[in-house]
Amino acid sequence: MDAHPYAFLAVFLTVALAFPLVMLAVARVWVKAFQPAKPGATKNATYECGLPPTGDGWIQFKAHYYLYAIFFLIFDVEVLFLLPFAVAFSGLPAGALIAMFVFVLLLAEGLVWAWHRGYLEWK
Amino acid sequence: MSAEESSTPPITDAERDELRRHGILLTSIEELYNWGRSNSIWPLQFGLACCAIEMIATATARFDIARFGAEIFRPSPRQADLMIVSGTVTKKMAPQVVRLWNQMPEPKYCIAMGACAISGGPFKQGYNVLKGIDRFIPVDIYIPGCPPRPEALLNGLIELQKKMRTEKLAGPDAARFTRPEEPSEYPIPEFGAHDLVPPKNSVVWQPPAPLRTDKPSA
Repeated sequence: MDAHPYAFLAVFLTVALAFPLVMLAVARVWVKAFQPAKPGATKNATYECGLPPTGDGWIQFKAHYYLYAIFFLIFDVEVLFLLPFAVAFSGLPAGALIAMFVFVLLLAEGLVWAWHRGYLEWK
Repeated sequence: MSAEESSTPPITDAERDELRRHGILLTSIEELYNWGRSNSIWPLQFGLACCAIEMIATATARFDIARFGAEIFRPSPRQADLMIVSGTVTKKMAPQVVRLWNQMPEPKYCIAMGACAISGGPFKQGYNVLKGIDRFIPVDIYIPGCPPRPEALLNGLIELQKKMRTEKLAGPDAARFTRPEEPSEYPIPEFGAHDLVPPKNSVVWQPPAPLRTDKPSA
């Protein structure tokens, strides 16, 4: 009898589910049988290299560098397209010229927006 | 569990060795558990002073602590089960050492490496030196030396492995981590104006009684 070609997926899924569940169950049985859990205030506190923890572990990071990545992208993409544009400039039809102008305007608009919001100031 | 609890008479060690020679391996959960954990000790990556250099040397290729299964130095107490107090514990550092010890999960062990960690060593008279980490946390193995050679640390590790292999999971002489009443956390001293507050944990350490030869004790 031939097994279904995808039968191995079912076997794989079963083993993948059973393996961690069995491990967790064994750990739970072990705790009940031999090794009582001993939680405590210090033990459960946030680990800060042995110093008393300050504040919570769940903090929000300020994604400041994200903006610099965006600026880099503006200039990077601009250069990437402006260089072939400049090389082929003399033989371009009017439509291509307008398309390129719109493209540069879009990027410049982003830069103007960032400038206006004060993101170009180093803080 | 252990052979004593079953109704059949326990077999002797000689009989078991005889069976092993014939390719029949008899073991117990306890023995298997101790065998496994004693051969995969994860020490805390925690160096205090010059002894830490010897500890680092023990981990390198020449001395190779990996031969004894203890090469995975963990940078977090959550994943470690052995604290090697390697060096002078200043009074400013002592609260941090105790806090790290508290944050380690059971079963956990402590090696006091070197004269300073045992007693304060050559800096015992220093105003800011703790005179032995065993004043605050229970120490399993003491390794004398200033600093101990890597071979001495390896010997201490082997002695700790021997201790782990004799630990019982149940019964009247069960190990510390199996007893619910035994604490896992120890009081963290405060760095006070003149000394640590309190200067010792009376549960784990009592000062030796003074010996007066001129006054015979009553």
